[in-house]
This record gives sequence, C-alpha cells and structure tokens, in this order.
Amino acid sequence: MWSSFTMPFFPEQATGTAREVDAMFAVWLAVSLFFTLLIAVLIVVFMVRFRRRHPDEVGKTEQAGPWLEIIWSVVPLFIMLAMFAWGARLFFLQHKAPPGAVEYWATGKQWMWKFEHPDGSREINHLHIPVGQTVKLTMTSEDVIHSFGVPAFRLKQDVNPGAYTAVWFRPDRPGTYHLFCDQYCGAEHSRMVGSIVVMTPEDYAAWLAGGPAAGQSPAAVGAQLFQSLACYTCHEMGPGWMARGPSLQGVYGHQVPLEGGGAVLADEAYLRESILLPAAKVVKGWQPIMPTYQGQVSEEQLIDLIAYLKTLGTAPAMGTGAVNPPGTSSPPSGGTAGSMPAAPGPTTR
Amino acid sequence: MNSTQAPTAGIALDRPSYLHDGYGWKSWLLTKDHKRIAILYLISITVFFALGGIFAMLIRLELLTPEGDLVQAATYNRLFTMHGVIMVFFFLVPSIPATLGNFLIPLMIGAKDLAFPRINLLSWYIYVLGGGFTLWALIHGGVDTGWTFYTPFSTHYSNGYVVSTAIGVFIAGFSSILTGLNFVVTVHRMRAPGMTWFRLPLFVWSHYATSLIMILGTPVIAVTLMMVAVERTLNLGLFDPRLGGDPILFQHLFWFYSHPAVYIMVLPGMGVISELIAAFTRKRVFGYTVVAFSSIGIAVLGFLVWGHHLFVTGESVYAATVFSLLSMLVAVPSAIKVFNWTATLYEGSVSYDTPMLYALGFIGLFTIGGLTGVMIATLGLDLHLHDTYFIIAHFHYVMVGGTIMAYMGGLHYWWPKMTGKLYPVFASRLSALLIFVGFNLTFFPQFVLGYLGMPRRYWEYPPEYQVWNVLSTAGASVLGVGYVLPLCYLLYSMVYGKQAGANPWGAKGLEWETTSPPPTYNFDYPVVVDEEAYEYAPDARAAARQEAHIA
Repeated sequence: MWSSFTMPFFPEQATGTAREVDAMFAVWLAVSLFFTLLIAVLIVVFMVRFRRRHPDEVGKTEQAGPWLEIIWSVVPLFIMLAMFAWGARLFFLQHKAPPGAVEYWATGKQWMWKFEHPDGSREINHLHIPVGQTVKLTMTSEDVIHSFGVPAFRLKQDVNPGAYTAVWFRPDRPGTYHLFCDQYCGAEHSRMVGSIVVMTPEDYAAWLAGGPAAGQSPAAVGAQLFQSLACYTCHEMGPGWMARGPSLQGVYGHQVPLEGGGAVLADEAYLRESILLPAAKVVKGWQPIMPTYQGQVSEEQLIDLIAYLKTLGTAPAMGTGAVNPPGTSSPPSGGTAGSMPAAPGPTTR
Repeated sequence: MNSTQAPTAGIALDRPSYLHDGYGWKSWLLTKDHKRIAILYLISITVFFALGGIFAMLIRLELLTPEGDLVQAATYNRLFTMHGVIMVFFFLVPSIPATLGNFLIPLMIGAKDLAFPRINLLSWYIYVLGGGFTLWALIHGGVDTGWTFYTPFSTHYSNGYVVSTAIGVFIAGFSSILTGLNFVVTVHRMRAPGMTWFRLPLFVWSHYATSLIMILGTPVIAVTLMMVAVERTLNLGLFDPRLGGDPILFQHLFWFYSHPAVYIMVLPGMGVISELIAAFTRKRVFGYTVVAFSSIGIAVLGFLVWGHHLFVTGESVYAATVFSLLSMLVAVPSAIKVFNWTATLYEGSVSYDTPMLYALGFIGLFTIGGLTGVMIATLGLDLHLHDTYFIIAHFHYVMVGGTIMAYMGGLHYWWPKMTGKLYPVFASRLSALLIFVGFNLTFFPQFVLGYLGMPRRYWEYPPEYQVWNVLSTAGASVLGVGYVLPLCYLLYSMVYGKQAGANPWGAKGLEWETTSPPPTYNFDYPVVVDEEAYEYAPDARAAARQEAHIA
C-alpha cells in the first residue's frame, strides 16, 4: 500500500529563516556526529584493547589529574554557550515582525484554520500570499490550543484561546507548503491541515480578484461594528460629544495610565480584554461603567474591531480600508484561471 | 570487603533465603521485606510495560500507511494517550527505583531493610490502587488527552475518562513520594558502620538524587491534576479562558513536575550504568566524586528548566532565553558522566557479559538522546522541531535507549542475586543485540521524520513521509522480539538455571558478599565497611582515599 516511494531527508526551504535554521542544524549535526563517533570509537578501542584476558584480572586504577575532567566539562559548555547565543538571536529576530509587515489574521478552531486577508478576503485551511511579502499573522483560537506550523518556513507558534499570538514570515520561493496543526487538539487533529500557497505578485493579484469575493477589509468591518455595537456613544469620535469613556484616537501602541496607578501598553491583548472584561483594567479618570461584550462578539469580530482601532492613530476617524495592500484593486489579468493554484480551498463570504 | 566476620558465601546455612521464607500468598502480600516488595513491583511494572508495549505496537501498525485505516482517529488518540500515561507513570517512574532500588539499597549500604518497611509495602499498594483506577478508565473507554492533559482540551473538550485517569496518576504519585522518602531516610540513617557518604556505590547516590526530586516534584503534579479534575467537574475557572482562567498556567505547573520527572526516570539508570561499568571493567569508576555530584547537580538544575516545553506557547522571550540557557547547562553534568564512564574502560579489565552489552548500548544511545536534547533546547531550532517526531525520537532515546537499557542491564546484572540462578548466555546476548538494533531502527527514522516536519500525535500523515514510518514500524517489531525474549529465558532460568553462587561476576559491593538469593535480613553477620567503593585493585586504595579526602 505504497502511496509513493520517496525518501526525503530535508524539507523544502522557503524563507531566509528556514536557511538559517538549517545552517544551525547542520552545525549541531556536525558537533553531534563528532562527539558520538568519538565516544563510539573510544568504547570500541578500549573494549578490544583492554578486554579481559583471564578470569581473575582486575582493572588498573589511573592516576589522572583533574585536567581531564576540566576539559570535558568546559569544552561542551563553550560549544553550548555559542549555540545558545546563535539560537537566541534567531529567536529574538523571529519574535518581532519587521516594520512594513502586512497583517493577516487567523482563527483556529476544531478542526480548521480560518484566515483573513488585509482586504477582507477569507479562506479556510489555505492561505494564499504573494512571494517576497513580509506577512505578520496574528492568531487566536475559538476553543482549545492549536499550533500553526509550516515546516518549509521552519516555524511554529501555538494558537491560544483567549489571547493573541503572532508569527511572521517572508517566503522567497513560490510553491505550496504544508500547514500543520502541531498542538494536539482532539479527534481530528491530524486533519487540521492545509497549505500556504506562495504566489508571484501577479498571480496573487489575479487570485484576489478572481478567487473569493473580496470583502471589506477587517478595519472596515470593524468600523461598522463600532457603529452597530454603539461603541461610539461612549468613546466619542467627534467634537461636541459628551464622552462617557476615553477617546480611542491613537490609543493602539501607547501606554495608558490606569485607575489605581500603573499603566498598560494598549496592544491587541489589552484591547481584547477591555472589550470582553472592561472592568479588568480601567483607564485613569473613568468609571467602570462599560458592559461586557463577552459572548456578544465572535473572535473574528474582535479581530475586526481591533483592526479598526489600530487605524485610528494614523487615519482619520471612521476611516476604512486603510490597510489595503497594493494590487488589491487591479483588474483581473488574462491568465486568471490558469494561474489559480491547484487547491485554493473553500472560501466564505 | 572486609567485615568483622568472614563472609559466609557458599556455606550451607540454617536459614532460608528470602524467597523461601514462607510460601503462602499472605507471606508475599503482607511482607515487609524490601526484597519481596521489589519482586511485587517487578511483576506489576512488567504487566504495565507489556500493556504499554501493546499500545505502542498498535500505534506503529496504524502509522504503517499514511491513511488512517487500522483504527479510528478517536481510538488512535486513546492508544497514544494510554501508551504515554502507562509507560511514564506506571512503568518508567517506578521502574528502576521501585524494583532494583528497593532490592539493592539496603544490601548496598549493609542494612537489614529500608527505614520504613511498612511504608514500603504501603507504597506498593498505593501504586496498585492508582494503576487500578487508570485501568478502570481504560476499560471504560480510555482517555484521549495525550499524557500531558493539556487544558482547556482536557477540562472541557475531551470526552474521555479524564478525571479517573487523573485520579489514578494522582494516587500513584503518593507511592512515588513514599518510596523517595523511604530512600532518603534509609541512606541517612541505615548505613553500616564505616559506610561513609563517599564510600556509597554510585547507584545509591543517584537514587538519593532521584528521591529528592520525587519528594519535591510529585506534589506539584498531584495539585495540578487535582485542578484539572476540579475545573472539569465543578466548572471552576482555573485554566479555561472563557471562565477567566489561563491555559498556559497548566503547562507551567505540569512541566514543573514532568520535566524533573525525566530525571526521576533517567538518574537511576545512570546509577545502574555506573555499577555495571565498574563491575565489568573491575575498576573504580573514573572520577567517582564528580559522577556522584553530577547526579545532585542534575537533580537541582532539573527543576529550573521546565520552561523549555513552552518556547512556542507565547511565553515571554526573556523567560525562554533563561530556560534555554539553563537547559543547556543541565547537559553538562550528563556529558561529564558519559565521558567518565568511557574513561573508566581505559586500562580496565573489560568483559563482554550481557549486562555490560546493555551498559555500552546505553552510553551510545544516551549520548544521541542527550545531544538531540541540547539541539531542541536551542531556541531558534526549537521553532522548527517543537511538537514534531524529532521530540518523540529524542525522548525515546533518553527514556527507552537510556532508562530501559539501564533497567534491562541492571536486571541481568542482579538477576543471579535476586533469584540465585544464572540465565542462558547466548540468548541474553542476542536479546541485548536485538534491542539495540531494533531500537535504532525504530527511533532513528523518527529524527528524520521530525526534521521533515511530521507533527506528533498524527493519525494520518502526508504520503511522502511513508518510507520512514515503514522503517520505524519494522524496527518496532524487532524491538518487540528483543523484549519478549528476556521474559522467556529469565522465567526459564528460575526453574532450570544453574546456581549462581554469591558473586558470579567477581564484582565488588556489599550485595555480592551475602548469599544469592540473600536471607530475609540480608546479612548473617554484622557488616562493617573499611574500604572504598569499587576497590578492585589494592593499589587503587591510596588513590581512592585521596579523592575521598579532597571531596
């Protein structure tokens, strides 16, 4: 029952990170081979050379000084410190998305991945992105812990309920790459798989135009929610309003002083918490009168609201579509159907 | 070793061995003899090992093809969960301490028994009760959370028997705590006159370190599993974010025990290897004091590295950095041990007896397990390798290639002492070889699979991974034969084996001075120790003394 006889040793490399991880692995492999062979050769040589020659023979006791112990403690220690530093450097680089990254969103649930593009296109289990673009993927889960893993990018990031985690990558080779859920999440865990389809910018533009119905950007949807949920009645947006809550102009990414002392950085996590559990951290000078929106907004709506709030610092109030990437509005080119990937996946909206 | 009276080995004595001191079932089930309790443990952990092994075979058979075709996904999830729970909590944790440790620690320090014989028996009953709870859950449909019980899956989404399994593990934890407590008090209070700390066999040192972890770590897993049960039954918001809990908190608590638990599993194995290397080179272990203190070092550092299980959960990068560094530091004492064992062979009198084959196999496999361990402690690399088959391969190299090799080696070394009988030489060497080859064939392909990206706990997988999975399954069948063979010839030897005599290996150590099998109270004469550990060569004496003084 062979599905195919292939014997791969290394996965594809599709990002600069992948190449650096492979280099690090190659060095570790060389170090490991050296020490494993050293031990193996020593054992075999000693086994043969010092084999027991008559039944009553006993071993000699060596009189070696402490230098031997020092050498084999210090040498591994220095190798490990060097590798630690290299690994930590890459980890830090991978931790924070470089400036200019285009923001995508993902929601994991048993057992599918839901993706949202900056222009509001939505996909399930497959994510199409243009080659060479730096993608920052902000993720949350609707139920249990999942993990977003793409071996070709040498990346993995857990996706937790009730919190946001992010991962970034800049694929430099077009292709279709495995997407796995790497954190056990229940019965169909091994079917929570999909692909990351890296396309040339032209193909991507064509795909956006011809593929799923391009919706509104998350920020635009968020702006509508801001109206329909009547957030504006308290967090006033224009002059002359009687505000009952702090203004949200430019709040994202800034320190907010809190009632009772202290301050908090208004990041995604804080904005999310303030929508779901408003009384948790109240802004200095305001009363904890805001009702909770727990159970009233979905994870995807939360993402939209936060995307909207993030535009407030830079765009005029109520601005929409602030983060549309280039190419979104370009007309479909002639080869749309031909350049469609083999498995675009089901889409919504 | 010199004693006030000459050892009485070989002389027919007017007292039965511990095996013949009573025959009824009561004489076993109500025994207070540490040696009989060790045998009770040996039988029960063998049952659990067989059960866990059957689950492993079913897992490997399912993975023979990329499609999920042998069992359903829900069944597969139960198989790997029960494999993990049984192997970790009911085989590996008690394996060496509760059998070999129980049997040998009093013998090695010249004591009549452990400090608390009744508590020792109680710990076996608690273990059986915990195992019973877990088996009950298994028979009623099993549990599908993975042995790690990650929240909020385990508290709200799993439809398996999470609470009864958790109670089973919770109960078995007390058995572990009591065994650890018994060992610590025994080593402090029961040593024979002249048996100073630096004359203790390294086996005792490593069990002392293990006992510290058992006492300090196990209560944390008990509390953690209790919290899971409380959230699952009473809907208390501890870990579920919808109720205001934090799912990552569970992972911190779980690994605060479960990482040190790795050292509960492997430190006793290191103790066994030190004994085997000394006995089969007839030489003092190179750097005795360094090896002794490296056990304590591993036990202490082992408590400070749990965060390396959380590198990709979203824990703070600074925490991850510290945990990565500490994880690498804990590898240093392990490396020291490997180098010291290898150096012990130099100018030794190396024999190729079966236990030594296991010991040499251990050194090779543990080296690979340790080196791949520091690879995945490297932050940048763990981003790729976390939660893949690379992790599976790594910890099986440590747990199976390390602990079980040591356990098998120890069992073959002390079997003549425990039963008074010798086993067939050829069959036992063959089994050591089969286990070594089968093990590598099973788990080495999993390193490749892991680097390719195959996630753990997958019931179906992309077809390009099939070749490596087929190799792994083929290896597992060889490994299975390697484990069944000793069961056959060891049982055979109990009836048909030749008499072993007190010291068939010509080894040093108090346990080899009494008869095989030993009498109920171990020694027929008051034990007084006046020489260093592993004093095979008379001229070694001065050197060993000197080292003991420096320490």
